[in-house]
Amino acid sequence: MTIHVDLALLAEVEQFLYREARLQDTHAYDDWEALWTDDAIYWIPANGADIDPEQKMSIIYDNRSRIGLRIKQFHTGQRHTQMPRSSLGRVVSNVEIIDDDGKEIRVASNAMIYESNLRGETVWATRNEFLLRRNGDGLRMACKKVVLVNNDKPIYTMSFLV
Amino acid sequence: MITHRALATSVPNFAYLVKEDRIHGSLYTDEEIFRLELENIWYKGWVYVGHTSEVPIPNDFIMKSIGPQEVIMTRDRDGQIHLLQNRCPHRGNQVCTEAKGNRGIFTCPYHRWSFANTGKLRGYPYPDGYETADRSELGLGRVTRMAEYKGFVFGSFAADGPSLEEHLGRGGRDAIDRLVMTSPEGEVEITAGFLQHKAKANWKFLVENETDGYHPQFVHDSIFSVAQSGIGDLYGSESTALARDLGDGHTENDLRPEFRRIGKLLNWFGTTEDRVPDYVAKMVEAYGDEKARQIMIDGTPHVMIFPNLFIAEIQIFVIQPLSVNETVQHVTALQFKGAPDLNSRLRQQTMGSVGPAGFLLADDSEMYERTQRGVAAKNPEWNYLGRGIHRERRDEEGYLVADNTDEVTTRGIWRHYRELMEA
Repeated sequence: MTIHVDLALLAEVEQFLYREARLQDTHAYDDWEALWTDDAIYWIPANGADIDPEQKMSIIYDNRSRIGLRIKQFHTGQRHTQMPRSSLGRVVSNVEIIDDDGKEIRVASNAMIYESNLRGETVWATRNEFLLRRNGDGLRMACKKVVLVNNDKPIYTMSFLV
Repeated sequence: MITHRALATSVPNFAYLVKEDRIHGSLYTDEEIFRLELENIWYKGWVYVGHTSEVPIPNDFIMKSIGPQEVIMTRDRDGQIHLLQNRCPHRGNQVCTEAKGNRGIFTCPYHRWSFANTGKLRGYPYPDGYETADRSELGLGRVTRMAEYKGFVFGSFAADGPSLEEHLGRGGRDAIDRLVMTSPEGEVEITAGFLQHKAKANWKFLVENETDGYHPQFVHDSIFSVAQSGIGDLYGSESTALARDLGDGHTENDLRPEFRRIGKLLNWFGTTEDRVPDYVAKMVEAYGDEKARQIMIDGTPHVMIFPNLFIAEIQIFVIQPLSVNETVQHVTALQFKGAPDLNSRLRQQTMGSVGPAGFLLADDSEMYERTQRGVAAKNPEWNYLGRGIHRERRDEEGYLVADNTDEVTTRGIWRHYRELMEA
């Protein structure tokens, strides 16, 4: 089986994902918020990867306005669980273009996140799915789904941007 | 001679550790005390396990817990609910590793013993090796007593003791009665699945926090301010809401006085009649205009049923201690039978508020964990819980009440705790 890779597109997508990761790791909230489209969905399911988020509880299931609220809460300086902020370093890998119809690009990737905060150190592992959309000067996230590999178990507070 | 071992097993003096207006920090950190709590509270009294709507059809099962113990809640083919232990009576292997499902039989993978979902032994391979065995004694272990109140299933490992109705008392039963009335069909459903939020903290910090009306304005100011929420005002110094000790460790923040003062339908849920017209119409049809209006003004209860069921207006929390400094909070949106338009909003609001990334609970958990680390400090040895002690009074029903920010609730929890631990 031959796999044809559009290397220019792959490089563009990778650069976008790395940039997103850096903005999250450095708590650059406003720059991160600017990566979303107006109809965006930010989704972290619980108890599996394929639950119906309209019927079942998710860890996060934010529409665009709730993403904005999340950022505003950080900016109050009173989001105690992020005061002090988690110290973060994440590795994004396994970047794969699943589909590209010229307007929207489906991308899969994995991330390992090392978090250090007042509680201690926590390692988070995720399988991510993105729906990216071309928007004039570059890519934007229309959907980001983060499947924590342990989302069926009790997990500690996860209040940084995942 | 006092040996090291004798010292280590000396019984804590709870009359010393739990005083009316202060409690000793070691109650949150001492492993021996945690062991005694499992014995005297979690494995003796009534503990909330699950809801009948989580196993709606015959042969459904769901994994639940009582403290660190796994409990399988099953519904047998005749519709009867059972609380079984996840331990094969042969060599102790777990017979179930699924979170939920539908099956009539649990088979142990080790030597293929099989059990009905009533717990009864069905059979084992090569039975000629068990000529002298009494099969009736080789079923799955059971939670000794099980009882249900309006769909809420509780278990107790003690053969004797108060009935569930006695344990809930007038206050606990009234809370559940008020809760189910929010449904036009008088039933709560627990169908949205649970978030499981772990904290490195002792379980009692969580229980205390649920009806601590003093903290919301400060811990949750960040979200109340940006979401323009009116919740904070319910816990302000001007609020007419009340903190109430319902007895037997059950406590409440009664927000009804504020909601009645404001007098707007569904204000308790931060919405208005015109946004959920179907729900309002069904409520009026079910209860009549006057009673429906009262229910929709009063809202649902904010009641902590000791030791582990917190009815938090729009969601329930189930508190599960794992060890002296590790606790899981299981949380899900309440769903009211016959109220689909309300239910979707309940899920949305709950997802925003609670769980590991919740606008509210991530900050509560931060406080649980910081207090856990804080009480390890040697001085002062005590947590001071005297707020509002001078203005405690009896209400018309005989309950101890005080201002909504007062620690009458926390003192009630500890009074009951001391009784249980000294018993």
